[in-house]
Amino acid sequence: MRLGRRGTPSATFAPLSCREFVELVTAYLEGALAPPERLRFEEHLRACEHCTAYLEQLRQMLDAVGTLHVDDLSPVAEAALLDAFRDWHQR
Amino acid sequence: MDPADAALLRDLRAGDEDAFRRIVREWNASLLRVAQIFVPSRAVAEEVVQETWLRALAGLDRFEGRSSLRTWVFHILANTAKTRAVREGRSIPFSTLQDPSRVPEASVDADRFLPEDHERHPAGWAAPPRALPEERLLAAETRAVVAGAIEALPPSQRAVISLRDVEGWTTEEVCNALEISEVNQRVLLHRARSKVRSALERYLAPPAAAT
Repeated sequence: MRLGRRGTPSATFAPLSCREFVELVTAYLEGALAPPERLRFEEHLRACEHCTAYLEQLRQMLDAVGTLHVDDLSPVAEAALLDAFRDWHQR
Repeated sequence: MDPADAALLRDLRAGDEDAFRRIVREWNASLLRVAQIFVPSRAVAEEVVQETWLRALAGLDRFEGRSSLRTWVFHILANTAKTRAVREGRSIPFSTLQDPSRVPEASVDADRFLPEDHERHPAGWAAPPRALPEERLLAAETRAVVAGAIEALPPSQRAVISLRDVEGWTTEEVCNALEISEVNQRVLLHRARSKVRSALERYLAPPAAAT
């Protein structure tokens, strides 16, 4: 068990492992980590080139995802909806 | 009411077909994604979405602007889909939406890491990630891999990543539309992003085998 600064058992001060790091990336990017957790995360990030590469891969993935566009509506379905809209307006 | 919503509502009530066509094109794919959380097939989900639009039209005169028009339409969708799910004899998948962390899921395969008792790097990378080649990132084939990875996700994860990262919704908007907590939204988003990253890595820069 690791000991915190005051000699009490502390998870807060224990350094993150890489395996823990990858579970926290979304919370980090969402700004949802509490300040002490965020510090631990950023400390690990500064010291670990592999986790830096991991976070960079995520950012690249988000760039690629951001260029997708889902256009799922068939022309027939759209025509039917527009008919319904006309009926609705003329009722 | 939000000024953009007020203008949209005015156009719709005036019978402006372009305004209606615009929101149909903009929201339909997302509606379909969300419907698929609740009902078993794509075909049924499409019917649910059609029914949602008809119900939204029928209720438009009563819309009071307490939420955004889009959120209101997504609430109609959720209700329509839940009713339909019951009729189809499918129990509503509360477990995946309301309690996604019940079943733990690792973001990265365990064999990519060193053991917990490793003397120098406990649970550090054994097979570390490498930089993805930027020039291939936006190639059509790469985007198809990414789109395929999103399609392959469980429906609730697929809906969350589509709304957040494809459509660019905020956390709050997604939580409202799906009626889920911020924490659960984050769990679903995290799992979805982790899997899509992993698929992209496999395609562009497969990790060296762990030694």
